[in-house]
Amino acid sequence: MAELLRYRDDETHEEPAVTLDAFLGQTNATAVRLEPDEDARALIPHLDRLGLIEVAFPKFRDGRGYSAARILREAGYTGELRAQGDVLIDQIAYMRRCGFDSFAPEKAISREAADKAVGFYPEVYQKAADGRSPVWALRHG
Amino acid sequence: MYKYDEYDQTIVDSRVAEFRDQVARRIAGEITEDQFKPLRLMNGLYLQLHAYMLRVAVPYGTLSGKQMRTLGHIARKYDRGYGHFTTRQNIQYNWIKLEEAPDILAELAAVEMHAIQTSGNCIRNISSDQYAGAAADEIEDPRPWAELLRQWSSFHPEFSYLPRKFKIAVIASDEDRAAIQLHDIGLQIRHNDAGELGFRVYVGGGMGRTPMIAPVIRDFLPAADFVSYMEACLRVYNRYGRRDNIYKARIKILVHEIGAAEYARQVEEEWAHVKTLGLDPPPGEFERIAAHFAPPAFETGLSDEIDRSDPDFALWLDSNTHAHKQPGYAIAVISLKPIGGIPGDASAEQIELMADLAERYSFDELRVTHAQNIVLPHVKKADLYALWKALDDAGLGTANLDLISDIIACPGLDYCSLANARSIPIAQKIAKRFENMDRQRDLGELKLKISGCINACGHHHAGHIGILGVDRKGEENYQLLFGGSGAEDASLAKIAGPGFNEDGIVDAVEKAVETYRTLREDGERFVDTYRRVGMQPFKEAIYG
Repeated sequence: MAELLRYRDDETHEEPAVTLDAFLGQTNATAVRLEPDEDARALIPHLDRLGLIEVAFPKFRDGRGYSAARILREAGYTGELRAQGDVLIDQIAYMRRCGFDSFAPEKAISREAADKAVGFYPEVYQKAADGRSPVWALRHG
Repeated sequence: MYKYDEYDQTIVDSRVAEFRDQVARRIAGEITEDQFKPLRLMNGLYLQLHAYMLRVAVPYGTLSGKQMRTLGHIARKYDRGYGHFTTRQNIQYNWIKLEEAPDILAELAAVEMHAIQTSGNCIRNISSDQYAGAAADEIEDPRPWAELLRQWSSFHPEFSYLPRKFKIAVIASDEDRAAIQLHDIGLQIRHNDAGELGFRVYVGGGMGRTPMIAPVIRDFLPAADFVSYMEACLRVYNRYGRRDNIYKARIKILVHEIGAAEYARQVEEEWAHVKTLGLDPPPGEFERIAAHFAPPAFETGLSDEIDRSDPDFALWLDSNTHAHKQPGYAIAVISLKPIGGIPGDASAEQIELMADLAERYSFDELRVTHAQNIVLPHVKKADLYALWKALDDAGLGTANLDLISDIIACPGLDYCSLANARSIPIAQKIAKRFENMDRQRDLGELKLKISGCINACGHHHAGHIGILGVDRKGEENYQLLFGGSGAEDASLAKIAGPGFNEDGIVDAVEKAVETYRTLREDGERFVDTYRRVGMQPFKEAIYG
């Protein structure tokens, strides 16, 4: 697997992520992997003990993980939220907005290239999970 | 009209810079065509049979003269001197070079235009009533709400990789000129019994290979909850819309499979959560947008009298103008359907002329209609004759609005890589067959729509007469359908029987039309007679 791209200051979570079924069946796991067809809301009762949630993107066209990320952040999850799989550079900005702060793309993306891609848009039109103020808020600040 | 502020301009300029970078990486071979495809698609760039096609967004179909002139300039400089207005109120260019696409986007951005989300599995251009702000029957101008949706949906981070494309239309009158019940989401602005403003929300309509009329999932959505409710509708779709089969991925399939009531329940549950996130802009933001759509400075006390002494003008007046809310004014429709022409096409010179005429006669405004015509929404009745003369001199004066030759046709196999059959030559042959304008007028309103494949871009399901081109053992074959409507009386057309070849379909249309003429009762349109008598008499005439 290519190098991890992280936008967090804490240490990388060491424990391997288990499947959702395995996670829900045991009490001590602190990292879980969510497949596209799995319901992120199943994790909401357990967010306190989670240090890493890895959201799988087997195909970049499958956008369910974007909703999963927002649902987890909206529920108050503050741990590492990682997009893993067919993650392309031009998706990083949207993923950051949905609350992902860590990326494990199958094909390596350099930090420099990712920062450039994210930097194209100084303004955004809508609220999301990244705390940025949409232009309607700036207009009426 | 809406004017960009510094924020809007920054965002559109950012897109140009980003796309320039993406194209450079593609040309340098840093990304594969497969990786580039979703990026170019989200900028409206398709790889077609002969070249790249660029689709430019015309939000809710509204343009200024300056914007229209830029569209003509692009046609001349980057294409082969013409453009094609589409059923999504957009314009597309068929002969684009990839390396020039970023320059075109820069020229568009300079006049507050873009190609953002005109393709791809995201929220597409928001469409609306082409008579918005002018129609006598609207309760208010729907375009400020459409602009609010344009901003909310642009670069939406959660909804840019949906199961499939997503189309939203907004209207504000009981007469539906935007086919809202055939959209993924259709919104009708209305008042509730308490006099408050809100929306009737239709979800899950569409055409394509599985046409469906959208059910109502919320009879009255208060205006203050507009954006958050849309967010909930889209989130349920993004999470649960089918992704296993591209032909079952539109929201209509989800709504159909789980039922409108269950979909509505899931949306309400999601919305109860989403509403707490503060996603709805404050009323002040709507008011800011709405101020841009204030009515122009109409003159008052004008006469409604029109000199009808020129008989050709009188014919155009009767067919191509529509009632305006302001006394002394009319809505004028420019037909892009000259007999024998390509439906929706306009030359660079014609586009520039329409820009000039909008500035001179229509408070600098134009509209694109989903039927692929152009509207000058605010013309003084006293100016209509001069306007018509100028249009007629440029081949734009065809008096056939809503008649049999006002055909909607997709680009078909002449351009499109998905098509099975040509559409344009069929449209041309049918228009030629009914060339006699007296005959067309006698037939009255008759909406004929042609698609060159099952994806139904030519809206054949919604045609009073629909034609679907298919491939049958390597030959182009055309199926005939009757009884569709995209208006407030929405219905889906039914296939009459076995298909025809290119000449056979024209004969079959003529037989159907003659059957209508024999059977019609006073005041009945083709579709009314069909609904009354059913398929059988038409079948007998065509196949008997």
